[in-house]
Amino acid sequence: MDAAALVPCTMQVNGDARTCAITPATTLLEALRYTLGLTGSKQGCDKGDCGACTVLVDGVPTLSCLTLALACDGRAVTTVEGLADKGVPHPLQDAFDRTGGAQCGFCTPGMLMSAYALLQREAAPTRDEISHALSGNLCRCTGYTKILDAVELAAAELRERAK
Amino acid sequence: MARSRTASPERPARKTITLPASVGVNVPRKDGRDKVTGAALYLDDLRVPGVLHGRTVRSTVANARIVSVTLDPAFDWTGMTVVDHRDIPGENCVAVIERDQPMLASTHVRHVDEPILLLAHEDAERVEAAVSAVKIEYEPLTPALNLEESLEKKALVRGDDNVFKTIRIERGDLDEAFVRSDRVIEGEYWCGHQEQLYIENNAMLAERTKDGGIHIRGSMQCPYYVHGALQVLLNLPPEKVRIEQTVTGGGFGGKEDYPSVIGGHAALLAWKSGRPVKIVYDRLEDLAATTKRHPARVRIKTGVMNDGTLVALDADVVMDGGAYLTLTPVVLSRGAIHAGGCYRWDAARIFARAVATNTPPNGAFRGFGAPQTLFAIESHMDRIAAELGMDPLALRRKNAVKLGDVTPTGQVLKESVGSHEVLERTAKRAKYAEKRARYERENAAAEAAERAGKGAKDGRRLRRGIGMALAMHGAGFTGSGESKLNSLAALDLTPDGRPCVRISNTEIGQGTNTVFGQIVGEVLGIPHEQVLVHVPDTDHVPDSGPTVASRTLMVVGGLIEKCAKKMKEKLELFAEHPIEGGADFARIAKRWLKERGPLRVEQRYQKPTGIEWDDDTYQGDAYGVFAYAAIAVEVEVDLDTAETKLLHVTTAQDIGRAIHPVLCAGQIEGGTLQGLGWALMEEVRHKDGKVWNHQLTNYIIPTSADAPPIDVEIVEIPYSNGPWGAKGVGELPMDVPAPAVIAAIAHATGCRLDEIPATPERLMRALQRRGA
Ligand code: FES
Ligand code: FES
Repeated sequence: MDAAALVPCTMQVNGDARTCAITPATTLLEALRYTLGLTGSKQGCDKGDCGACTVLVDGVPTLSCLTLALACDGRAVTTVEGLADKGVPHPLQDAFDRTGGAQCGFCTPGMLMSAYALLQREAAPTRDEISHALSGNLCRCTGYTKILDAVELAAAELRERAK
Repeated sequence: MARSRTASPERPARKTITLPASVGVNVPRKDGRDKVTGAALYLDDLRVPGVLHGRTVRSTVANARIVSVTLDPAFDWTGMTVVDHRDIPGENCVAVIERDQPMLASTHVRHVDEPILLLAHEDAERVEAAVSAVKIEYEPLTPALNLEESLEKKALVRGDDNVFKTIRIERGDLDEAFVRSDRVIEGEYWCGHQEQLYIENNAMLAERTKDGGIHIRGSMQCPYYVHGALQVLLNLPPEKVRIEQTVTGGGFGGKEDYPSVIGGHAALLAWKSGRPVKIVYDRLEDLAATTKRHPARVRIKTGVMNDGTLVALDADVVMDGGAYLTLTPVVLSRGAIHAGGCYRWDAARIFARAVATNTPPNGAFRGFGAPQTLFAIESHMDRIAAELGMDPLALRRKNAVKLGDVTPTGQVLKESVGSHEVLERTAKRAKYAEKRARYERENAAAEAAERAGKGAKDGRRLRRGIGMALAMHGAGFTGSGESKLNSLAALDLTPDGRPCVRISNTEIGQGTNTVFGQIVGEVLGIPHEQVLVHVPDTDHVPDSGPTVASRTLMVVGGLIEKCAKKMKEKLELFAEHPIEGGADFARIAKRWLKERGPLRVEQRYQKPTGIEWDDDTYQGDAYGVFAYAAIAVEVEVDLDTAETKLLHVTTAQDIGRAIHPVLCAGQIEGGTLQGLGWALMEEVRHKDGKVWNHQLTNYIIPTSADAPPIDVEIVEIPYSNGPWGAKGVGELPMDVPAPAVIAAIAHATGCRLDEIPATPERLMRALQRRGA
């Protein structure tokens, strides 16, 4: 690779300022996975079809395989690695674990990010709203039932906590 | 989960089973935490210094002689490793059942996307660019691109008749049975390819070892399959080949045999370059080149009595195996054995053939041939019901097998027969009779209203329907398969005194590791968390067989249960007192290790008594036991767009015993949705032998918005040879959704499709033909 073609890019990743040297064509997913070593976000298609690469950019669920890393310069990026709080899993993560929402686990990081964004904007989503919010995230293992269960459970727990 | 599980009345009284503390409980998944935090490392997550990125150069024609392969001199090949068939140290083949498939094509290509050349480079982008700098010249030959062209011998792909395998199952006097029948009813059913569509694409990493061997890591179901194939490819003794599974993002059969191909390719590149080489397919390549479910055509002729009693079955099954044999004979075998469905026949003849075509080889996919023939026989049951004017449920009720009935292979069903139980429970839970009547009323009313110009306000002409299906699924390898596998499982102690399960069966999402922890914990009377499950690594685990055929829990789980019992006995004798919980176990174990050294117990598969199978006549006990499933699917069809919406699904499945009910329900829900996808939307389309829709944009699988609520009831009728009565659950759920969807559409519209998927295009044509 031509080192001269590399440009710096600084993002707030999971709360920390991280700078990496990338080419202008590097996607956010590549930068996260291969430059910053955050391999939690997955690549299932690299074309915007599967949702496995979903992360939050300034709080908005974003397909990182279709997003240039440079477009995120100066912005806040949250990945699955940023959901836990000091090693304690987020209630959503815990709920996926408890209900069987993760089988092979490959869709899980993206699924969690879409679900997290939903719960940020809607504390008590209906089952239909959940399935709509997650409809860009493919899962081949679960049939989605337990994923929807997990999001409902987490939403209830978060509401309980907020009381 | 309690709501999705009920105990069956046929379950033996509790005193005969020591009710365990861990078995039957929804304990946390062993791999759960890592998967929800992003810590789980799949193959492409590994950081390997000095790794090269491998790529495969593939054929672009379906049948041709290779005239020349040229590397474009204008391209900068510096630092590029190039491998062709001449670089193979051993035999140029993918060794599975046969050795007919070359690892790299040399003189001929027999399907589009057949591997010809391998490339590797440090820079992933350069290697990708290099693929188009390889020029291949072909002399094209006429191809046979589907099973009809193969039967017509449009091209000879295999031998002198294109037939990979023929199976004949015959029982009773068929001619006499047809003469005796009141009616003869015939049908022909078709189903197409289906892609497993694990969300993690195939991925492998190969490294040469210091001792002159090869170490392969990757996403796979069956490490010992890869182990066998690599010995042949590299001409290495078994101890020089090490295969290790990494966290695997789904398999569904798609990572049963194919990992030997991609693993072999990575190994060849590593062998030549001396560097670690990683091959990670992108979705396009994975969808275009890897194995799929076998397309099938099933012709059925049945003799029935006017009261609905089934008498005679004559089934002709043809499956398309693709260009090479892979696992096709075994897929065909399962398909043939299941072709009679879950019913009693006085006489049956099942004639099944698998043929070769110039398309990428087909392989294993959840259900392994059975969903195809079950789709046919279940659709045919609905056709019989319609012709007799009988309710499809009543027809199934009348003919479903019972304890003591005999299958077309002559197998007497001796125990754990849940057919009627699952049928009745599904019907009741789905309110089948009530819904059926209601939908008929509503559809008639809607039609009348539309005729009178008083249709729905939004102008939509919607119809609803409900359909059912029933199936039995043989658990474990077919026929003498389990005996031939000769599986070995082991349990030993780690230096810190924890029991460690050593098996080659893989966690691919189904929860294997968790369940093995439960089994061992249960027997030893210790917390399941204390039990370790070793990474499937051929250097460290014995060959307990492949992770296929719904056998892992039922067969290997049984072996591990025995191992745990042996370990318990040894330790208790040694301690001179019964193990009293986890802390006590650790104390005793550590003392044993100190005083006696390592402790390892093993158990080899032993055929349960009373199970006999004859490979030549295809008669005998095809499986140790069958699991049973029934389903009711409700749909809404838009008559103008021919779109089918899934409203609700109810299913009851007899799996013997749910060791972990949540995981079992997860298998059932996931398998059901795969079946629904196959029924409605998943269609692999080819153009001149090339998969044309090889991306997720146009090979569509169900999303959460497509998925209906799936109401699962687990029925438990224990099997005496399964651990705590458990039978296999992995494949069973795939068997029933497709015919039920077709039945529901027929109920809603009066239009019966004999081919899946029921895409709007296909249904529209059928509706138009009927003049709706
Ligand atoms: S990898 Fe980004 S959507 Fe599939
Ligand atoms: S858990 Fe495997 S794809 Fe969703």
